Amino acid sequence: MSFALTVPAPTETWYLVLGAVLFGIGSVGVLVRRNPLVLLMCVELMLNAVTLSFVALSRSVGSIDGQTAVFFILVVAAAEAVVGLGIIVAILRRRPGVTADDLTELRG
Amino acid sequence: MQLLVFVAATLMVIAGAIGVVVLNQAVHAALGLVLTLFGVAVHFVAMEAHFLAVVQVIVYAGAIVVLIMFVIMLLGIDRTEDLRVEPLPIQRPLAGILGVAIVALLVAAIFAARDSGPLQTGVGLDVEVREPAGAAATVTPDANVKQLSRNLFGDQVFAFELTGVLLVVAVAGTVVMTRRERKPSLRSPATQAASDRSPAGASSLAPEDAT
Repeated sequence: MSFALTVPAPTETWYLVLGAVLFGIGSVGVLVRRNPLVLLMCVELMLNAVTLSFVALSRSVGSIDGQTAVFFILVVAAAEAVVGLGIIVAILRRRPGVTADDLTELRG
Repeated sequence: MQLLVFVAATLMVIAGAIGVVVLNQAVHAALGLVLTLFGVAVHFVAMEAHFLAVVQVIVYAGAIVVLIMFVIMLLGIDRTEDLRVEPLPIQRPLAGILGVAIVALLVAAIFAARDSGPLQTGVGLDVEVREPAGAAATVTPDANVKQLSRNLFGDQVFAFELTGVLLVVAVAGTVVMTRRERKPSLRSPATQAASDRSPAGASSLAPEDAT
């Protein structure tokens, strides 16, 4: 059992750093990718990074408010996915196979 | 044990996230996203946010990713995006530098805040539930759900109702946006002429003039 005591338990800082790394990967994806669906997925990655940080800080501070904020983020992410996918469907119906480069303006 | 869970879940999160960014096909990227979301759910369980872990799996992996997959398969846009062709040569390195800078900035801010902040660490949320007056604080398996529901339907109830409005607006807006117009009288002459040229079923999928 002495082995178990020497192993460090993950602290909030670890989770925050993981959230930062996840946010960085998501932002690089948004900057690099061209497929609008993949762009949406990268935005979801960034949202998840933020929710991870919220839960970690909620535990660290000892307040449930952070988890309530995560709940709202989830709802807004769902609404955002619905609207984003609706826009993508509407665009791809008119012009199949477009990338984000071809969508420089919002005209149909 | 906690360390083991943390390392395993972190590997899931990072591997899935990198998969989303680098994989060519949109379906593979969506599967990478599922991996990341499950890893985040494991982290939630490790941080005693049990309700959020369940909601994460149901809403994200169960609803949002399924919706994304549905759109991929419905529209047949799972064509390979050739990542070796880069239209803007400077974009990749610039994006890499920017990403590393963002991570470095956030990590620096985290450590600066940790070293100076007055945060009390190590306080779990499972320790006590504010019971109604008189009752003793007890540790129950559903303490997290109780706390969250008290906060959500008590202090934050107005914001909770507003999210209902938001969801209704989003759904109604999407339905209006993606609906195909059936009544010819409501159409402009140009789109009517365009749809008359092609069969009704194929008109929506026919490529139109880009300009």
